[in-house]
Amino acid sequence: MTTAVHPYVDALLTGTRDLPTSPHGWLNERRGLALERANALSVPTTRDEEWRFTDLTQLTRLQLRAPGAPAEIAPEAVLPYIVPEAGSRIVFVDGVFVPQLSSTASAVSGVRVAPLATALKTDAGRLEPHLARLAGFEQNVFVALNTAHLRDGAVVVISKGQICEKPVHILHIATQAGTAAYPRCVVIAEAGAECTVVEEYQAMSEDAYLTNAVTEIAVAARARVRHIKLQCENARAFHIASCAVVVAKDASYTSHTVSLGARLSRYDLSVALNGEGAFAQMDGLALISGRQLADTHTLIDHTQPNGRSAQLHKTIVGGAAHAVFNGKIFVRPGAQLTDSSQQSRNLLLSDKATVDTKPQLEIFADDVKCAHGATVGQLDAEQLFYLRSRGLTETVARNLLTYAFGASVIERIPVRSIVERLERAVMAQTGAAA
Amino acid sequence: MKNEKGPELLDVRALTAKVAGVPILKGIDLPVRAGEIHAIMGPNGSGKSTFAKVLAGHPAYEVTGGTVRFQGHDLLTMEPEDRARAGIFLGFQYPVEIPGVSNSAFLRLAYNTVQGARGKDELDPLEFDDFIREKMKLLDIDPAFLDRSVNEGFSGGEKKRNEILQLAVLEPKLAILDETDSGLDIDALRVVAGGVNSMLKPDNAFVLVTHYQRLLNYIIPDYVHVMEGGRIIKTGGKELALELESRGYDWVVDEYRAGEQEKGYVGASAA
Repeated sequence: MTTAVHPYVDALLTGTRDLPTSPHGWLNERRGLALERANALSVPTTRDEEWRFTDLTQLTRLQLRAPGAPAEIAPEAVLPYIVPEAGSRIVFVDGVFVPQLSSTASAVSGVRVAPLATALKTDAGRLEPHLARLAGFEQNVFVALNTAHLRDGAVVVISKGQICEKPVHILHIATQAGTAAYPRCVVIAEAGAECTVVEEYQAMSEDAYLTNAVTEIAVAARARVRHIKLQCENARAFHIASCAVVVAKDASYTSHTVSLGARLSRYDLSVALNGEGAFAQMDGLALISGRQLADTHTLIDHTQPNGRSAQLHKTIVGGAAHAVFNGKIFVRPGAQLTDSSQQSRNLLLSDKATVDTKPQLEIFADDVKCAHGATVGQLDAEQLFYLRSRGLTETVARNLLTYAFGASVIERIPVRSIVERLERAVMAQTGAAA
Repeated sequence: MKNEKGPELLDVRALTAKVAGVPILKGIDLPVRAGEIHAIMGPNGSGKSTFAKVLAGHPAYEVTGGTVRFQGHDLLTMEPEDRARAGIFLGFQYPVEIPGVSNSAFLRLAYNTVQGARGKDELDPLEFDDFIREKMKLLDIDPAFLDRSVNEGFSGGEKKRNEILQLAVLEPKLAILDETDSGLDIDALRVVAGGVNSMLKPDNAFVLVTHYQRLLNYIIPDYVHVMEGGRIIKTGGKELALELESRGYDWVVDEYRAGEQEKGYVGASAA
């Protein structure tokens, strides 16, 4: 039996070698390759450029095991997370599909929301080009670990030309402290299809655990996918997630990522605009306080002409928290007439809060428009005085201004109940963040 | 109207203040009684706006001496929000833009906060909507203002009207309007003045800080004070404003300096 070069990774791989083999050879093969890579890779340190500001020492001190069978959760316990607009809901507890909490029967033909095991029976041919393939594990130990553990997951398939009006809600709930879970989501929108997917992470435990998530999204020609990610892990948790998206000709991918939870979170979002005229919009908001760290790395890869991308990443950082943003934009040779913009806006609520933000543009085409900007600031003293002079207390005034800073990201989320939920959460948390 | 026997709302005595270490106010005395309109005029840099901000409690201005009593309470120990709740209103010379906060939500929050502090009923969003639309009609303000962010992208005139709208909503005891007339065209000036005139009651008072006499054609003050060098150097009736308009400020300053020299001479001989 091989062992990993890194003892920590080795411990996390416990059990992967005994996973039941799948009837699908290609899946076994990918898991095997991922295991090989996980064996070879180390946990990154701050000496790695991609992890300069995010120290994983705390995580490696944590003894993690595979989750046991998930505890039974009463349906009432999930009520706070219900998205009333959603047409289907698929719930995973500690990485395992829980049919009792889910509601996956779709009223719309051509829309399938299913756990991986079911999806492999009906849609193996559709999954094969994307599953464990879009999210590369060659150089990323966490994606390799997730892929080596791959046995369950959420699959959303929207058939050609189908429009799924109601959002699909993928809800992950962590309940077991001291465990590592490996959620996987795959979204496939075939040509001309449309859907909105809400990917949400919640906790019903107070103690530390690791969520190591991978999401893969394929947007075929002329299709539109709206992707909302809500990261609300508990305050001691570690959340390390990667999302890989491919966008074909004249297709569109819009993401709204809101990170509120976790002691340490890292999100790698990579979008490849692989077809002419493809479009991506990426909004991000991290609201953190205490000793939280939220690290977002994004990559938009313009490979074809006439692509457009628009990115707005905001952070609100209180206490001694630390936000990191690294936004790469590649414009490949031949990706002429690319139009891309990136804005990084950061609000520091305390003297000890820190932000590291870095745009990284690599442009190899000569007829393109690429705008980028970054700002770091504090609440405006004149705005605070103006509000107080109208009777608002300093706390209310600060909360209102803090919320207003994040509002542009929250209000663009295309699901009303989530906007309202976040408004309440942000107003409540900004009090704590100050 | 002059109201020499009326209850005193504001009593400022020997007020001094500095900003960023520089003394700006050098001893201001000003009594304001209910029912009165006071105009404070003076050249640029005389300290008029500083005085207005000090009364509202701007944290950047440090009071270094004197007292300010408002309805018998020590105003200087109160936070800005407590002053607002007690009935002080500052109409800003440069109203602040607050992107991301809707004007309607802001107005309702301010109204309900101040109402609550005064032991009055708060209004729910629907009730408030009726209430605010009525006020906006009186001030000739486009209802589309409600859906926009506070002052964001407003023209200078729109911002000033929005200040008067807040004034109408909050119904203060003492309104201090800092250069509310600047940037207004003649129609807007009439609307703003009409609003102020309709709001004046026997139990409230206005202090108008202004550089020009123009506003005082529409709002007739009971007292006109001239400020210079951080002091009120002359107080007169409404006719003083007209005289300032035709003769400028220099003669008032000269008169004041001559008076001070006189005092200095008397002081010297007494010693």
